[in-house]
Amino acid sequence: MRLDTLTNSIGEWLRGTGPDSDIVMSSRVRLARNLAQFPFVSRATEQDRADTERVLRGQIAAVPVGRELDYIDVGHLEEIDRRFLVERQLISREHADAQGARGVAIDRLEQVSLMINEEDHLRIQCMHSGLDLHGAWEQIKVVDDQIERAVSYAFHPRWGYLTACPTNVGTGIRVSVMLHLPALVITRQIDKVFRSLHKISLAVRGLYGEGSQAMGDFYQISNQTTLGRTEDELVQQVADVVPVLIDYERRARDFLVRETQQNVHDQVSRAYGILRTAQTISNEETMQLLSRVRMGVLLGLIGDVKLSDINSLLIRTQPAHLQKLRGGDEDSSDDIERARYLRHHFEGGDSPSRATAN
Amino acid sequence: MIQSFLGTVCAGERTGRTCGDAMKCQQCDNPAVFHITELEAGNVREVHLCEEHARVYLNQSEGGDGGDPGEPGAVEGKGQKGGGLSGPLGVGQTAEDLAILDKRCCDMCGITFFEFRNQGRLGCPHDYLQFEKELDPLIANIHGATEHTGRRPSRPVPAGVDAGSGTDGLTAIIGLRRGMKEAISREDYELAKEARDAIRGIEDAWTPPAKAGEENA
Repeated sequence: MRLDTLTNSIGEWLRGTGPDSDIVMSSRVRLARNLAQFPFVSRATEQDRADTERVLRGQIAAVPVGRELDYIDVGHLEEIDRRFLVERQLISREHADAQGARGVAIDRLEQVSLMINEEDHLRIQCMHSGLDLHGAWEQIKVVDDQIERAVSYAFHPRWGYLTACPTNVGTGIRVSVMLHLPALVITRQIDKVFRSLHKISLAVRGLYGEGSQAMGDFYQISNQTTLGRTEDELVQQVADVVPVLIDYERRARDFLVRETQQNVHDQVSRAYGILRTAQTISNEETMQLLSRVRMGVLLGLIGDVKLSDINSLLIRTQPAHLQKLRGGDEDSSDDIERARYLRHHFEGGDSPSRATAN
Repeated sequence: MIQSFLGTVCAGERTGRTCGDAMKCQQCDNPAVFHITELEAGNVREVHLCEEHARVYLNQSEGGDGGDPGEPGAVEGKGQKGGGLSGPLGVGQTAEDLAILDKRCCDMCGITFFEFRNQGRLGCPHDYLQFEKELDPLIANIHGATEHTGRRPSRPVPAGVDAGSGTDGLTAIIGLRRGMKEAISREDYELAKEARDAIRGIEDAWTPPAKAGEENA
């Protein structure tokens, strides 16, 4: 099955390449669109949802992504597979938990995802590794234009593209970057940074989280407003603030190395030690420790771990990924399995003494 | 950004979702008469309060350091609560006004304003026109703007259709479909047939996108 083949890759957002990928994990743009002739999803009958899916699904083959798009019937997936897609950021939690006809089309690089019957009839998403908001925007424009040639999106000259929730009306665009900001967290500057972002109407969310709690120092920064500015302006609004955040994080990392090297070296080495030896470990703790190790690798404090390995572990230690990877052994708990997977992964690594040799 | 859809008296005679007999204020044992839907970046949370606590809640929200009856201490940006519709739909309006507003429903999808306030989601594209007066201040508050300046569909509207109404002419199908179903259930097949023909007429007028799209491509 195609989902199982995905288990072997880490997906676009964790590929760890692209500009500034030491801090910017991924850049994402999404558009919310609705067909004018059907009620919005929350008001739609089963027949409406089925018709919406049929109309939009019919356009997917024509979407110019440059690669084949696979369509996954989310409504008929097992729960574990739906959670798996959520962990890979290919569908939203809301889409996974919804009822009725719905699906997602994704390309093999997992850059493009088209969710049908999410909160809106269509949510188009383009995700690029590293800092590449303009690249993601250029790609999504082409996809949007192609679909629009064949369907009538709900539109009003004054309010723009009409969406189920007024928070998305207008452009229907959400522009976001996923940043890894461990040094700003350690130096306790992160709250100050977030307060400044709120003042300029940018939202901050944690990875996987809807609330303010971030897992593993990963934060998503996105635009809050969608009306009254052009898409280019909204992309630029987020793009403008990213170099500033990168600069803050780099300076905080420099400070840590310069002023508290022994302390930070101790922290990342301990994190690495726990990941290699723990017998039971939660998802949250794993993310936190992987975050510290990732920073350690980037600061040259851990020499025998590849960045791509850490990125890979970030996704493969998530609950649904772990369950799919482990197969069979239903008796042991997730936390025991996670610890076993981590130990196994690091088994081939060099001795801890080399890790602290810097 | 957090937006609030302010609630109203849950009168016993009201149709739709009733809650007067079952729901208590989240702060005391009095009946909850204000039902406030907090809308934060697309997430919806409901708060149910008696009149007295609703006033405190809204005053605190606007004051900046208020409590959070629903989830104490759990929500970011507390100071922004209550900013959304507190003016246009606020406590100043009589319960009677609000009850009338709540009963208003969309001619196409049938959603009531009350249902929208509770769910935080509109029922169909026509709601933006149907509830224009109520949505305008809300949208201005969320976005700081009320005019779209971004991309527009390249495909022209069909001949004879007012371009100023966007795709609302096509959205009319939603109301016709509803009317057709009702007519069938009443066994009024003549009316059902009329609705079906009207739907086909609109679909035909709006459909040739393949050709129109190619010409515009």
